[in-house]
This record gives sequence, C-alpha cells and structure tokens, in this order.
Amino acid sequence: MEKELIYKIPSIYRDDFRIHGYRFGSGEKTLCIIGSMRGNEYQQIYTCSQLVKTLKKLEQEGKLCEEKEVLVIPSLNPCSMNIEKRFWPTDNTDINRMFPGYTLGETTQRIAAGVFEKISAYKNGIQFPSFYMPGKFCPHVRMMKTGYENVEKARQFGLPYIVLKVPKPYDTTTLNYNWQVWETDAFSLYGTSTEQLDEESAQEIIRCILRFMEGNGILKEEVTTPLESKVFSDREMVSVRPHKSGIYKSMVSVQERVIKGQLLAYILDACEGEIIEELRAPVDGVVFFEHDKPLVYANTAVIKLLP
Amino acid sequence: MITSIASVPLPVDETLEIKKNRFVPEDGGNGRRISIVTGIHGDELEGQLVCYEVARKIRENPQKLLGTVDLYPALNPLGIDSITRGIPGFDLDMNRIFPGVPDGAMTEYLATRIVKDLVGSDLCLDIHASNIYLTELPQIRINELHKETLVPLAKEANVDFVWVHGANTVLESTLAHSMNSLGVPTLVAEMGVGMRLTPEYAKQLTDGIFRLMQRLHIWEKEEIQVKEPIISENPDEICYMNAPVSGLFLKKKKHGVIVEKGEEIGAILNPYTGEIMESITAPSKGLLFTIREYPVVDEGSLLARILKREVEA
Repeated sequence: MEKELIYKIPSIYRDDFRIHGYRFGSGEKTLCIIGSMRGNEYQQIYTCSQLVKTLKKLEQEGKLCEEKEVLVIPSLNPCSMNIEKRFWPTDNTDINRMFPGYTLGETTQRIAAGVFEKISAYKNGIQFPSFYMPGKFCPHVRMMKTGYENVEKARQFGLPYIVLKVPKPYDTTTLNYNWQVWETDAFSLYGTSTEQLDEESAQEIIRCILRFMEGNGILKEEVTTPLESKVFSDREMVSVRPHKSGIYKSMVSVQERVIKGQLLAYILDACEGEIIEELRAPVDGVVFFEHDKPLVYANTAVIKLLP
Repeated sequence: MITSIASVPLPVDETLEIKKNRFVPEDGGNGRRISIVTGIHGDELEGQLVCYEVARKIRENPQKLLGTVDLYPALNPLGIDSITRGIPGFDLDMNRIFPGVPDGAMTEYLATRIVKDLVGSDLCLDIHASNIYLTELPQIRINELHKETLVPLAKEANVDFVWVHGANTVLESTLAHSMNSLGVPTLVAEMGVGMRLTPEYAKQLTDGIFRLMQRLHIWEKEEIQVKEPIISENPDEICYMNAPVSGLFLKKKKHGVIVEKGEEIGAILNPYTGEIMESITAPSKGLLFTIREYPVVDEGSLLARILKREVEA
C-alpha cells in the first residue's frame, strides 16, 4: 500500500487542505473507492478506514492481485469534518454538486476537478454517499439511470437491493453521474447510517466490496459468499408522511417487514405529550428508509416502504 | 391587506407563515398585477428596503394606484430571522426547489404555494443581493430562453446592467425559471451585498419598479427617469477573476468603475508576514460589475467579474 497526496490547497489560517489516497497494487486502474465528501459523513469515513485496514491485511497476506490497481480515498473533505460542518467551510457549497469540476473555477469546483482528474480513468468507481434527508436506510447499491448503468455488475456486491434513480437536473453534477459519463461503472453504496457509527453496517459494506473485488479479479481467492439482489426503481417506493408536525416516535426499524395497516410511528404534541397522529403502513412492504430525528415537520417523507 | 399565502405548523408551538401585502385601489383597479418578491435567501436583505420604499410610496400616493401590487418581503422568513441563507433545519437552498411538489416535504409544499400565488401576475420581480461575499452593481439577470420577453422589461428597471446568460441545468429549479416557464414574466434583480442595505440602490430599483408599473398601467403616469442599461448577451464578454492563493483580499477598486488592462483591482495579503502574496490585476479593460466584499479567500474564491467592453461607467 502506498499513501499518496491526491490534492492540496495551501491555507493561510489553518493547516493546508489535503486529500490523501491509499493505493494497492499497480497496473490496470480497476477500482476507485471514495469515502466521505461531506463533513458529517462519519459512517462513510469510518467504513472506508476499515476497508483500508482490511485491504492492507489482505495485501500483506498476498491475497490482492498486484496487476490490478485499487485507490481508496477515505475523505474528500477533511476540513469540513474537522469543524463538524456538512458543506465547504467558507461558502457552504457541496463538492458532490461540482463534478466534473473546473480547474480555474471556485474552490470546490477546483477540488472536484483535481480529484476527478485522478479518478476518472478507473474502470469501476464506488462512492459512500449520504441522503439529503436525515435517516436510516436498508443497505443498498444506488445507480443513476443514465443508460450507462451496469446493473449486472452491481449484483456482484450481493447487497439486498439495487435502486435505479432517474436523474434530476441537479444530479448531473454528482460524482456518480460524471463517472458514468466518463465510462466508469459507478456505484453508490448506502449503509444504514451517516452521523452515527454502525459497526455491523460498516462490516457488511466491506464484505460487499470484497465480493465485488472477487468478481473483478482483484482478490486472488474467494473470501465471501455470493448473495442475490432485488433491483427496483426509486419510484416504486411508497412514502409515508405525517399531516402534523411534532415529536416523531418510531415503532419500526429499517429492514423490518410490515403489513398494511400496521402502526409505523406516532406524532406527539411537543408540549402536551398527547398522540396527535398515528402513521400506518399503506401497503405491505419492507421499511427501506426511516427518518431518525426527534422532531418532524408535517409532510416529510418519514418512512419509505418497498412493497 | 396582509394575508398568509402558506402556513405550516412547526413541531413546537409555532406556525411558519409566508405573508404578502396586497395594495389595490379603492375601486378594485384594472386587474393588472405586479408581484415583488424577495428574501428567498435569508442573508440577502437589499430587497427589504425596496419593499419598504414601494409600500411607502403607494401609501403616500394611493390615488395613483391603478392596478394590484403584491409585496412578498420574506419568502424564507425563518432564514431571514436566523441570518441563514438557506431554509434552516434543511440546509437547503430555497431557490433550488421550485416549482415544488404539492404533496412533497414542507419546503416543496411551500414552493408550490408560492408559485400558485404568483400565477396571474403580469410581471414578477425577484430581488436578490448577491451573497455575503460579493457586491454587485444593480443588474437584471435573464436566462437566454426567455430573453425576447424579458429584455424589453429589464430595460425599464433602472438597473446599470442586464446580463443574459446561457441556460444552466441547475437554474431549472429556480423560482424565476419556474414562473417564466408558466408564462409569468419574471425578472431577477441582483444588487448590493448580503447582510447589508444600500439605500441608493433601493431608491434606484424602486424608481425602476414604478416605471415598470406605469408600463403595465398599474401606476399613473409621472416623470421617472431610468438608466439605459448595458446589455450583455455574449458569455465571452464576461471575465471571471478567481483567487490564485488563499489569504486576505483587500479590494482597491469599487464596483461600477471602468478598469484598464493591468490595473490593480486588489491584493491578497498575508497578515502573518506583512507580505503581498498576489496583486490582482484586470486581465482586460472593462466594467468592474462585481467585486469581492468578504476579505478571507480560499484559492479559487471569486474576486471580481469584468464586462470586457468599451462602456462608460
């Protein structure tokens, strides 16, 4: 393994902004893995750090194919994470809305351009993103439906679900979308959480990546077992929304199977404690996403069910 | 009359309301309508003073009002009240969620209510104040898709500059794009700087609004002189200057002046060593219509924009 500097911006008031990567093997650029891009993606950087540790051990044991190059970048945004801010410290812009970047543009455009130059030639790209709404997910692979998406390859992860998302205009500046346009097979891997560490989920994601590496000849021997995935469009999900704002009290967990009419959550009056609304399942299905904040605004999609 | 156009109960003992003030003549008027909206970004306040000036002039001259004037000073009231650019609690730019979804999340619902309320206007003006980093010369920005309708209106808005720019995918989710797509001519004004008021710009744009109201037969004829704006439709005319290094930017030119090629616009300083890290010079002669106001810069931060053309300041 070699640690290398991917991008740097000198700073005057704090330490230089640095993005480091960890390179395994050399030769064919086979796989690039990006951890956190935002400052609150703790589970994403944690999962990536554990992956670096795992790959280091596999390399020492001689189990990695030396002719296939793997690059792991645990964080594209250490300076936001160090001050517990989600987006870029000075102007609140999102690096994942700046791809493919612009070398003469604003700061986050330059970061995106500098990183993309180093990662766009890889055959496969994996990213650990987070959702714009706070909540927990069923672990899944998410792909933009651009016409370039490689669903069969996504099955190699063996995650329970593969979600195909029809891109909206603002999605065209994400890493996943641009990787696909530049002919990288791109996959976004969602574990359960973002701001809380979940050991079980991190290990599951690592197992899935090892499975993918086996499928692509990066691992010399089999270390995992294959699993089946269900493929569906994000439009198939059924959202459950409260009509009232208040305290959100959940009665289910992600990955739980529920039946039509089952109680999913209560909304409580924040001052008087009374139940002001009961949320019930409109269909039979699996809890795919669940809001995980104590308060909720009316009409927020607090639960998404996969029928 | 002040009314609520959207109302959402918040979790703890508070209701979020977006309000407008409608001015109509006593006889109900001729049905023509202008809507003036501002405060989508909670840190941009220049539009507050414009709303005040428009309301004040109508109150002082009610006999001149022939149609309807709707003022929406705060489309993002929680943002204005908490010095937050986006929608607090969502970390979301409100001008990236239009036209919204009626049964969507709170923010998307609010967007639909705003759009619904603005439909029927003969003209909508969305007033912005750049952001906290940049100061702008009063200008109207127009997406080239709608330039045929909007440029003639922008010429009467009493701004210094009309910038017709190319269609950008992200701009599809702005209020102006949604309204123009629905057939409500909508101008976007940018002027001044975030978190501050520039009274002379408020007066300037207010005059432009009353001139537009005359054009729409909403205000009685009176003598209002407006500036003839510089109009730019060629993207190659706009020169962007970004910080080559991180440091402390000290501007040396005021926005609105003509700069010569090679003239110093500002410098990036090192407060630790007393050194000038970079002198920032104009790459070309032209009108300096944007200048950096917030001094701390990262490598890449926008410092200035110049319209590369022989114009008079």
